[in-house]
Amino acid sequence: MYSKTVMDHFKNPRNVGEIKEADGIGKVGNPVCGDVMWVYIKVKNNKITNIKFKTFGCVSAIATTSMLTEIAKGKTLEQAEKITRDDVAKALGGLPSIKMHCSNLAADALKKAINDYRKKGNNS
Amino acid sequence: MQDEGEKMIIYLDNGATTMIDTEVIKEMTPYFTEKYGNASSLHMMGVWARQAVEESRTTIAKSIGAKDDEIIFTSGGTESNNFAIKGIAFANKDKGKHIITTKIEHDCVLNSCKWLQTQGFEITYLPVDKEGYVRPEDLEKAIRKDTILVSIIHGNNEIGTIQDLKKLGEICKKNNVYFHTDACQSYTKTELDVKKQNLDLITLNAHKIHGPKGVGVLYLKKGVKITPWQHGGGHEFKMRSGTENVHGIVGFAKAVNLAMNTKHAKHMTKLRDKLIDEVMKKIPDTLLNGPKGDNRLCNNVNLSFLYVEGEAIGAYLDAERICSSTGSACSSKSLEPSHVLIAIGLKPEQAHGSLRLTLSRFTTEEEINKTLKVLPGIIEKLRKMSPLTKLVKKML
Repeated sequence: MYSKTVMDHFKNPRNVGEIKEADGIGKVGNPVCGDVMWVYIKVKNNKITNIKFKTFGCVSAIATTSMLTEIAKGKTLEQAEKITRDDVAKALGGLPSIKMHCSNLAADALKKAINDYRKKGNNS
Repeated sequence: MQDEGEKMIIYLDNGATTMIDTEVIKEMTPYFTEKYGNASSLHMMGVWARQAVEESRTTIAKSIGAKDDEIIFTSGGTESNNFAIKGIAFANKDKGKHIITTKIEHDCVLNSCKWLQTQGFEITYLPVDKEGYVRPEDLEKAIRKDTILVSIIHGNNEIGTIQDLKKLGEICKKNNVYFHTDACQSYTKTELDVKKQNLDLITLNAHKIHGPKGVGVLYLKKGVKITPWQHGGGHEFKMRSGTENVHGIVGFAKAVNLAMNTKHAKHMTKLRDKLIDEVMKKIPDTLLNGPKGDNRLCNNVNLSFLYVEGEAIGAYLDAERICSSTGSACSSKSLEPSHVLIAIGLKPEQAHGSLRLTLSRFTTEEEINKTLKVLPGIIEKLRKMSPLTKLVKKML
């Protein structure tokens, strides 16, 4: 059902954890629906220098957040904002259609983290 | 344990299906290549097949205290449940169009009932208590003058609750309403007796008890008014047409003979309780879904691990070559959590973290020990990854 890349990111998720003094945090999902994703970012010179995540959810929820953090690391905020669910799904070698909402959520979590950073007003 | 390459597979999904016992295969084999006749044929091949079918019928009839001609062979549990519910509904619609079932039935019962609703029937779905029991007083209250059938699952496939069929059957008898039970999970694991439990119809199948897939039974008490659904050559006392699945039927009966031994239930009960007790001791914030003790299916363990999700638990177990299942929404096609877990009052987030481990008579203590060794680490890893763990800890 899942691609090799999905299973690799699920079994060995990249960038799990929190950033204590994060510049932006994005929280999406709802435990009732079975997916909650929190993304933490550290920003320097308009670039994402560090990114971590925590996820409550299924195999694809964990794999998509893991892959998202890999894609976003080192990107400028403008580049990172443009990451779509299809980018994440493609990088994972595809997702079952019923699980596509997971990659949607992951991309949303990153956008929220970037907005949070900008709201804090330290986008100098 | 089953050998698959170098590593062993630990199969703890016997509620889904079981390994066919090699003794069953041996019994079935001649009916593929030597005695492959059609049981309706008059020549010797036909006679051998007929004999085999009738002997099998007797075995199964005896196992539930029924008469031979009350046993109708079908293609499995789904067909038997469809036949029972729709067959009773259409044969008795002059008396009434009301049917009572529960919120914790298998999908084939629930969806048969839902379909009947589109045909003008009215269905009452009884609630259950937090351990999954139907309250007899709820059944009593729900029965109306136009009620024609009560269908209640015997041993629940997800949480293992065994209903008190005797008590529920008495209520049906008193009110002159047909009583059907889906006993696919409980058959041979706990007592099932058509007289003691006042049963009019029972669904049974073979593949949950180390028999072949694709064969089942509907017990039909003499005199029950039912409409056949599968029309054709008039097989099975004109109740279910279609050439008999002779090898399947032979395998089913052999499986019953092998399973009807109380030592198996004792063995499974011991391992079940060890698994439940040790997991609850080793892993904090764990809920047992379903009851404890003798009124739980001897092979069923269902636990909810808070703050984590069941499909992920199952995938990590799978990586350790342990087969399990979950009631999480993420594992289902509908993305809805298990209706059974919701019916016993679990919050969706608790249902998402559910894990079902179902044993068989072939499950060994070594396999349970291995499972107990890896499960705590898996839950810990997932909890470390989960933001819910932190949220809850903050609240405390």
